[in-house]
Amino acid sequence: MNGATRDWMPSTSAELVRLRGRVLRDIRGWFWERDVTEVDTPALSSGAATDPNITSFAVRNGDTLYYLQTSPEFPMKRLLAAGSGDIYQVCHVFREGEAGTRHNPEFTMLEWYRVGLDMHGMMDDMESLIGAICAGRRRVGRSVRITYRQLMTDVTGLDPFGADEAELAGALDVAGVDLPKGLEGDRDGLLDLVLAALVEPTLDPEQPVFVHDFPASQAALARVRPGTPPVAERFELFLGGMELANGFHELADPGEQQARFERDLARRCADGRTAPPMDRRFLDALRAGLPDCSGVALGLDRLMMFLAGADSIRDVLTFDISRA
Amino acid sequence: MATYSTSEFRSGLKILIDRDPCIIVENEFVKPGKGQAFNRVRIRNLKTGRVVDKTFKSGDSVEAADVVDTDMQYLYADGEFWHFMVPDTFEQYAADANAVEVARQWLKEQDVCQVTLWNNSPLTVTPPNFVELKIVQTDPGVRGDTAQGGVKPATLETGAVVKVPLFVEEGEVIKVDTRTGEYVSRVKE
Repeated sequence: MNGATRDWMPSTSAELVRLRGRVLRDIRGWFWERDVTEVDTPALSSGAATDPNITSFAVRNGDTLYYLQTSPEFPMKRLLAAGSGDIYQVCHVFREGEAGTRHNPEFTMLEWYRVGLDMHGMMDDMESLIGAICAGRRRVGRSVRITYRQLMTDVTGLDPFGADEAELAGALDVAGVDLPKGLEGDRDGLLDLVLAALVEPTLDPEQPVFVHDFPASQAALARVRPGTPPVAERFELFLGGMELANGFHELADPGEQQARFERDLARRCADGRTAPPMDRRFLDALRAGLPDCSGVALGLDRLMMFLAGADSIRDVLTFDISRA
Repeated sequence: MATYSTSEFRSGLKILIDRDPCIIVENEFVKPGKGQAFNRVRIRNLKTGRVVDKTFKSGDSVEAADVVDTDMQYLYADGEFWHFMVPDTFEQYAADANAVEVARQWLKEQDVCQVTLWNNSPLTVTPPNFVELKIVQTDPGVRGDTAQGGVKPATLETGAVVKVPLFVEEGEVIKVDTRTGEYVSRVKE
């Protein structure tokens, strides 16, 4: 090759470039038929996600620091509070340090909100969209819904709401998964590893599985439904052996939202991570009033992986991070 | 002390695990939902050859193993150690029996091998992919049997025993693939 490199070329195939174009057209058609408005919000924001496990890219405009969105959630909710009605968006989002066979630091998200729908209504919506996009492309089984508690109990024999840290660590040990340093007393971290290492591999890759009612400590931006124990009205969709989407019955209480942001930031500081400013304008929008709604974010690249039967996200990206 | 963050993990990276030098064979980044991210890593212990799976919290660091591969010429064995030399600098290194366990049956004086140094002492020795060695003992073959693809054992000058075609004779030099231990061809001198 006379020393010339070939990394100018796409990491995907011409066929998959075309497939993505057609999938995007079908997604837009699906929302058009349901009178959901496509919106376009800024990727830069002066406030950032406070999520303890997600890191935003910080960029400068002169002396002012901005953050690249890790999801379009805050500006989309500001639109909802301003009276937009049902909206959706297809956009690029950015998460620092996330790279692997299912992760790229920059990826495409399909996010949408439905006013007046609860968590189960949103799962119905998602099921219908997945069916429409997969039709004629890849067969999918009937979707099932299972609570987080039931799924974890079925696979590990442990009740995720009752088991203590030692029992969770024991379940990992029995399965031959060594315990990473610093995870011993971290309950949510242990639950995350059990879910990723023990539970996910048991799910049928051909069947959409909706897991819902997460522990309240993992509510993120979802409402918590009181009860014993209280649970987060949050769901995740698993398909093709991957987590494809995450949805919430959206938290609308500004006081509770601010308290969660503050807790997140304290956790980030304790973990030695950066603590970016919380999004003041988003909190102001909640104070003005967010309509009762549910929302979901779907990783479009992973949906493409499922449709194409691809093993790595790079196979469906035009140019993955190593070629960006 | 050099360290690597999990974000630098990739196949081939050499790290210290439980004070042993290891090489990363596979690295998978996993992150459930909005939860904690992990690197699930398959590593091979360079001392024992054992392959094990380890899990790290993403963002954690591990100590780098000071392991380098250097091409060296094999000089001689003194009964206890096998001696190698870096051709450019004439620097010499002595490898023990553990380090040459796999390579020793292919080592011929003056051949260039890859010596893996850990903290500047030989950890493993990898012979050239192909070596040319003289047959010191093999039974005479019967011409005509070659059509059946018959083979016979032959002992080489280094002590290694390989299967050779029946037409190959004692005293001949043959080319052997050290990765499979298989005969490749006769070498005309």
